[in-house]
Amino acid sequence: MKYDIILAGVGGQGVLSVSAIIASSAMKEGLFVKQSEVHGMSQRGGAVLANLRLADAPIASDLIPLGSASMILSMEPLESLRYLKYLSTDGAVITSTNPMVNIPDYPDLEELLGHIRALPHARLVDGEKLARAAGSARATNMVMVGAASHHLPVKVETLEHYIQTVFAAKGEKIVETNLEAFRSGREAAA
Amino acid sequence: MTDMVLLGDEAVALGAVHAGLTAAYAYPGTPSTEILEYLVRYEKAHGAPKAAWCTNEKTAYEAALGVSFAGRRTMTSMKHVGLNVAADPFMNSAIVSINGGLVVVVADDPGMHSSQNEQDTRYYADFARIVCLEPANQQEAYEMTREAFDLSERFHIPVLIRIVTRLAHSRAVVRVRDARPQQPVRKASEPSSWILLPANARKQWHDLLARQPTFLEWSEASPFNHLRLNEDRRDLGVITTGIGRNYYLENLDELGFQPSHLHIGAYPAPVELVRRLVGHVGRVLVLEEGYPFVERMLRGIVSPDLEILGKESGHVPPDGELTPDIVRRSLGLKARKGLDAPDITLPNRPPQLCVGCPHADSFDAIKLALAGFATPVVTSDIGCYTLGALPPYSAVESCVCMGASVGMAKGASDAGLRPAVALIGDSTFLHSGVTPLMDAVAADTDMTLIILDNETTAMTGGQPTILPPTRIEKLVLGLGVAPAHCHVITAHHRHTEANREIMRKEIEHTGLSVIIAVRECIETLKSKKKA
Ligand code: SF4
Repeated sequence: MKYDIILAGVGGQGVLSVSAIIASSAMKEGLFVKQSEVHGMSQRGGAVLANLRLADAPIASDLIPLGSASMILSMEPLESLRYLKYLSTDGAVITSTNPMVNIPDYPDLEELLGHIRALPHARLVDGEKLARAAGSARATNMVMVGAASHHLPVKVETLEHYIQTVFAAKGEKIVETNLEAFRSGREAAA
Repeated sequence: MTDMVLLGDEAVALGAVHAGLTAAYAYPGTPSTEILEYLVRYEKAHGAPKAAWCTNEKTAYEAALGVSFAGRRTMTSMKHVGLNVAADPFMNSAIVSINGGLVVVVADDPGMHSSQNEQDTRYYADFARIVCLEPANQQEAYEMTREAFDLSERFHIPVLIRIVTRLAHSRAVVRVRDARPQQPVRKASEPSSWILLPANARKQWHDLLARQPTFLEWSEASPFNHLRLNEDRRDLGVITTGIGRNYYLENLDELGFQPSHLHIGAYPAPVELVRRLVGHVGRVLVLEEGYPFVERMLRGIVSPDLEILGKESGHVPPDGELTPDIVRRSLGLKARKGLDAPDITLPNRPPQLCVGCPHADSFDAIKLALAGFATPVVTSDIGCYTLGALPPYSAVESCVCMGASVGMAKGASDAGLRPAVALIGDSTFLHSGVTPLMDAVAADTDMTLIILDNETTAMTGGQPTILPPTRIEKLVLGLGVAPAHCHVITAHHRHTEANREIMRKEIEHTGLSVIIAVRECIETLKSKKKA
């Protein structure tokens, strides 16, 4: 078994927390994990890409080869299209529909969403709306973990456990918000 | 044994702790920053070993030398261009007789994710004639760092560990072993070896050269260098170094056979192993990240009949990172293809200043203050404010190396450009801007230096600046800048008009002036509020 995930978004959208939660869960379930992430200047409001590789045998490369990812999980629509060449032809694209417009030439949103809908296995989720309903727009990334959870080779309980762990230091309320965000994302993508 | 999930950087840090580290020093620089960050957290939690940020890589290196002199284990970490700053103590430390283990970790940045160049630190190890280790994964990063301290003490040389961005910033499980305790203080027994007066230095250099065969012998036998010959196939041999091996293994299954393979993880490169490999095959493919270091060595030692495929032959790109797909192509495998992108151009999304960043307000004031001048020059430096080169600011014209903005403004002014304005951050100013400012003071150069003081090293994640803002003004005045032409202003859009006026006045003044624009980085402010 081998499951490669491209995590995409913009610096500050919590891509690395998403990666950490999925990675920890996979490890807990006995999978091998490699997670390559972006630090430093490249993170500051720029396009962010993390490679997450899960497998039941040791993994050599930290980078995902072209055409081999099983999933692109994106925090916003434009970034979900940037790395398609890494996606296998039957891979899934899961993205939030809320654009992060911090550049002057951001494409027309409807057109973008149209392109994404036309992909073979696309799932669009209004991450921000669901996160707000759960208690905080900042939890959009956990909505997206929820939306992705149907495909991930790890158990829902394990993911929930790590969401609890990651946010534990920030208090009970934040934990609840993020769990709720996760569940509503999962439901929306069901 | 315990399993831990660690970044490559963190694996290095923990390897050092478990080797009995007494003190570590560094200046932040992507992709090496997380090494010392881990050690700073570790010291907070456990009380030891000592971990300290320094003014720059040179001061960090020199502090590490002091620890080694005292007989205890020490590490200094930096990014590749940081070693240029520390090159002076580095090169000389190779010929003192290292006492307590001294490990130098340098993180190279092929692909220039956050750097000005791609230089390959293996050349520095070779330049200094010392031993270098190159881990291929997080586990090796941990093991090799532990081992490096032993080697340093055994050979009495600093040992260099070269990692690259992709390893530094990638996480995996690492199996860690028991820690050994710190060593007691034991001053260097032969202090003359540390006094590099020509008479001593010649002896030390001679001695280092005489030990080269020992290093080579060690490397030939090191388990980090591993040769596997395939007796049935003689058409292709592969040499990998560092993480090049990962991309090779990623593609190996599809190759349908196992070429003879030499992996190099320890340098000096094992010449005998290389000879055995090339004697066995007719063609060799070299997969190494960075420069064609091994490939060039090969071209020097093997018969011209051997076909060498690599960066110099065009079979591997000469720049950028290796990837599984690049290696695939160089092995002659058919390219893979993913999903086709829809027919639409995706705009780039470059990094940018945070909304509300104090630098943005400074740029606004500077642009207003420079309005109307025919040939102004604005030199800049390395930090978040380098992003002022991009739209919408397009406010600066250079970014070369730490501190260069100050020296370049002096040169541009000497050459006749008016007005000459230099921008530099507080951390970078202390790192490498103070010395060129002294040159400008000595000459009363007609230029204006604007120190953008956001009270932190923001670009690498907000490490503390070595001196607080109040001390920077005193430092500048202490260097001899005229008090009438030294101003401290607040970098806030509420003050843009007042700041423009002060800048304009000082830009028009003939002679040296310094303006310190102070306001804390909003990112560090935010995290302080949260804490
Ligand atoms: S991190 Fe701080 S200094 Fe850097 S862009 Fe953001 S606010 Fe400005």
